[in-house]
Amino acid sequence: MSEIIEPIDKLEPIEDIGGVAQPLLRVDGLTKHFPVRGAWFGAAKTVRAVDDVSFSIAKGETVGIVGESGCGKSTTARLLMHLMPRNAGDIIYDGRQVGRELSLRELRRGMQMVFQDSYASLNPRLTIEESIAFGPKVHGMADAASRHLARELLGKVGLRPENFANRYPHEISGGQRQRVNIARALALSPRLVILDEAVSALDKSVEAQVLNLLVDLKREFGLTYLFISHDLNVVRYISDRVLVMYLGEVVELGPVDSVWDQPAHPYTQALLAAMPSSDPDNRTQVPPISGDPPNPIDPPAGCRFHTRCPFAEPLCGGATPKLTELDGLGHQAACYMAIPGSGHSRAPAARDLHSEAPALS
Amino acid sequence: MSAITELALQAAPAGPARGYWATVGRRVVRDKVSIACAVILLAIFLSALLAPWLGLADPYHGSMIRRLKPIGTTNYPLGTDELGRDMLARLIYGGRLSLLIGILPVILAFMIGTSLGLIAGYVGGKVNTAIMRTIDVFYAFPSVLLAIAISGALGAGITNSIVSLTVVFMPQITRVAESVTTGVRNMDFVEAARASGADAFTIMRVHMLGNVLGPIFVYATGLISVSMILAAGLSFLGLGTKPPEPEWGLMLNTLRTAIYVNPWVAALPGAMIFAVSICFNLLSDGMRSAMDIRN
Amino acid sequence: MSNLVEVNNLNIRFTGERTVHAVNNLSLTLGEGEVLGLLGESGSGKSVTLRALMRLLPKKRTQISGTVRVLGRDVLALDDDALSAFRGQTVSMIFQEPALALDPVYTIGRQIAETVMRHEGKSQHDATARALEMLEVVRIPSAKRRLDAYPHEMSGGMRQRAMIALALACKPKILLADEPTTALDATVQIQILLLLRELQREFGMSVIFVTHDIGVAIEICDRVAVMYAGQIIEQGSLREIVRTPLHPYAKGLLASTVHGAKRGARLETIPGTPPSLDQAPSACSFAPRCAFAQPRCTAALPPDVQVGPNRSARCILVDPATAGA
Ligand SMILES: Nc1ncnc2c1ncn2[C@@H]1O[C@H](COP(=O)(O)OP(=O)(O)O)[C@@H](O)[C@H]1O
Ligand SMILES: Nc1ncnc2c1ncn2[C@@H]1O[C@H](COP(=O)(O)OP(=O)(O)O)[C@@H](O)[C@H]1O
Ligand code: SF4
Ligand code: SF4
Ligand SMILES: [Mg+2]
Ligand SMILES: [Mg+2]
Repeated sequence: MSEIIEPIDKLEPIEDIGGVAQPLLRVDGLTKHFPVRGAWFGAAKTVRAVDDVSFSIAKGETVGIVGESGCGKSTTARLLMHLMPRNAGDIIYDGRQVGRELSLRELRRGMQMVFQDSYASLNPRLTIEESIAFGPKVHGMADAASRHLARELLGKVGLRPENFANRYPHEISGGQRQRVNIARALALSPRLVILDEAVSALDKSVEAQVLNLLVDLKREFGLTYLFISHDLNVVRYISDRVLVMYLGEVVELGPVDSVWDQPAHPYTQALLAAMPSSDPDNRTQVPPISGDPPNPIDPPAGCRFHTRCPFAEPLCGGATPKLTELDGLGHQAACYMAIPGSGHSRAPAARDLHSEAPALS
Repeated sequence: MSAITELALQAAPAGPARGYWATVGRRVVRDKVSIACAVILLAIFLSALLAPWLGLADPYHGSMIRRLKPIGTTNYPLGTDELGRDMLARLIYGGRLSLLIGILPVILAFMIGTSLGLIAGYVGGKVNTAIMRTIDVFYAFPSVLLAIAISGALGAGITNSIVSLTVVFMPQITRVAESVTTGVRNMDFVEAARASGADAFTIMRVHMLGNVLGPIFVYATGLISVSMILAAGLSFLGLGTKPPEPEWGLMLNTLRTAIYVNPWVAALPGAMIFAVSICFNLLSDGMRSAMDIRN
Repeated sequence: MSNLVEVNNLNIRFTGERTVHAVNNLSLTLGEGEVLGLLGESGSGKSVTLRALMRLLPKKRTQISGTVRVLGRDVLALDDDALSAFRGQTVSMIFQEPALALDPVYTIGRQIAETVMRHEGKSQHDATARALEMLEVVRIPSAKRRLDAYPHEMSGGMRQRAMIALALACKPKILLADEPTTALDATVQIQILLLLRELQREFGMSVIFVTHDIGVAIEICDRVAVMYAGQIIEQGSLREIVRTPLHPYAKGLLASTVHGAKRGARLETIPGTPPSLDQAPSACSFAPRCAFAQPRCTAALPPDVQVGPNRSARCILVDPATAGA
């Protein structure tokens, strides 16, 4: 195989415009509501799957999103990929508004996604090589060159091309399939890769292998990751910053260490406490939160968490608390307990408002 | 250079690489019932196709003195019909028309229904609603009544019988095609293809067709039995083929007066229809289970 | 006799399109009031072992050898009548997917009541009262109303509680749990684990709990058996397994956790993939992936070395003299 010396044909990554200071992705007020039909003659209802979500991802950064199932993580990912229309919100890739300065086709080169179900995300009728080569071909690469690139990428994700290129998805293991999906995403030379529960379905030892691979690939290709997972251990390991979502809203965000060490929102605290213990002599004694995640169909008014929050006070059911900067280092939370002078009995006094940095917008 | 040098390259899977259809094929071949059905159908097809060269008696030539001979008569291994024509020849020649009017409507309905279903399923939204609600109108009638009504309106004849059966099966296949397409369209690999920037036509061609055609084909194969019986029924009612054409349904009709005289001979065309229907059904079942591979 | 379950030299082989030696030479015991964890990665034979205890494997395509004794009775020899009394009353099972255990066309209350009526011959009235009691035991809010709910009308966590209620309705001595929390959110998982822990104590049940997640095992198990390629390669108390694993696979599995790993630092991994199970093992199944493999490892099946009471490992490196501590 190695006698081919000519350089591998690759799609050039789309150009870096704004330099390091400019976030690679900026999301502003992203909103997606799904209408659902009510019961017979019932009023139509709305699933507020993603509601006014804003964040940004710096170049080279890994941002994690955590939250219970149904909180809107996958919907957010699909909206970013423009796989479904959104109700509102701006998506700005490297300073360029998608649909205006940046065409959808270019965006697809700049941003790729890996899905959770490794089997469902590969076409069972195509060989692995064909699946990986599909994207580059769509973007105009010749058949031979794209197959060549596919084999090269198989090697990069730790699969010997001579053993795997002509395989079909049902012939290989789940961990190997997920490597193929990662190779497929990389085939378009994206700068941002969205990983939606990409390691959640894997066995723990395989998960570790794939996480190592992701770290290596990030370094080699200079990638930026948006890493979605419900496993907080994994998110802590891989992410620089994290967003905590609850019922379609971001309730806390910040550098992973500050969020883990000083979680400000009661929901984040509950999520962290719900992780199984790692010490046989120190098992969890009381469940940190009771009940199931509620349905985002017509969520409660005010703070959406107030139906499960142990600190809820009357004002929590009124207006929605805004994301508020806590420490001037990018750690924000949307809880009245963290908003100085909010009126919640546990909130810091209002004078802090003047001394602390104002909330970012 | 490579980021994964320290990571042991993954071991190869055991066994030679096999495509999906190769795997399915192997599984069908291993299924004794499917193979038996395929052999029987092939024999019936080939004999019908090659009938003029098989040295059979003239299927149109009758004789009043040789009417309704029983099975096993010398020179007439399967006896003769009510006009003294050789049953063996008529059954084999009859396969030509019977298979044609039984299978052609399903093939036509398969082509039209699959196209409609693919469009409805892939495009979705208003297009889907328009196509599927129109289809529902046909669906409201029982297929037998619909076939008779259309055939009756168009008048007797082979072409009209084929047209009416096509109209009967087209909505059923459209429905299946639509639901299979919708299912595949929502699979992550189609999302991934969209995410790679491919246009709808490329996605259809590369990712949808191969996954959608199999199940629809299986379903259509199962419909052939119904079509055979309906086609025979139309002929039986005088809406399809006309005498003296050999055709199983029509033969069943003309022989029914002989049912008390020579029941075995009278039952032969029915047995052929039954055999072909059952074989297509079993084959369809065999393919369905062979196609169900996941790991 | 203190052991409720005694499995000896269990071998389970599936025949058919492909032969799968799913369980090989498996022996285990379950004591009174004990929670035994079966820990292993997917395909290691955990579910098959559990199903064998309930005789739930497809008869035609399964070959079983060895002995399975539950409360002193030979499970593999039970006739159909004895078996249906045995299931539900002596042993019952909960699954990852409640859909497997709950019938979608009947209400939760009715399903529990029927089970009670069938096994205990209770009247409809008493059985319904028991159903209500069970829903309260598993802390389903507004239990009375939920009696009339269909499975699809409940959330994932509630369905899992309902399945536990159904499984425990006839107060079985032994509960078999096959990854009952794997499909749940961590916030719900911890609630279910604590509930099971409490019910186990309250009912004095013994539990075999299958999981692939060491964290879950830590929350609920007293003793752990680690499975690899259809064999138990190590067993011992939870603390022993977590703190001083002996078998190289168990060590690797515990080391590959991301918990507490430094960001960006390489995670410990086990290279390679598990073996295919098309042949019965005649050597250490882990040898192709083991960093300590020696010619001895592939010459014969390594013995199951007893290292202490209830502690053993199937590896030639394990020395009964030094390891027992
Ligand atoms: N196509 C859709 N139609 C209606 N509701 C949807 C659709 N996709 C997702 N939802 C709903 O939106 C909510 C968020 O879903 P999702 O983003 O998949 O959550 P997550 O990935 O965090 O588990 C869920 O309540 C889900 O039921
Ligand atoms: N009914 C069956 N027929 C054939 N093979 C089976 C069957 N059930 C399980 N297996 C195989 O047995 C092995 C062990 O499976 P299982 O016990 O389900 O693993 P897990 O540890 O993930 O629960 C796997 O290789 C699986 O494919
Ligand atoms: S705003 Fe109120 S209800 Fe919401 S998390 Fe804070 S304290 Fe709880
Ligand atoms: S027996 Fe040998 S190969 Fe197997 S685990 Fe022990 S050292 Fe490794
Ligand atoms: Mg999701
Ligand atoms: Mg299992």
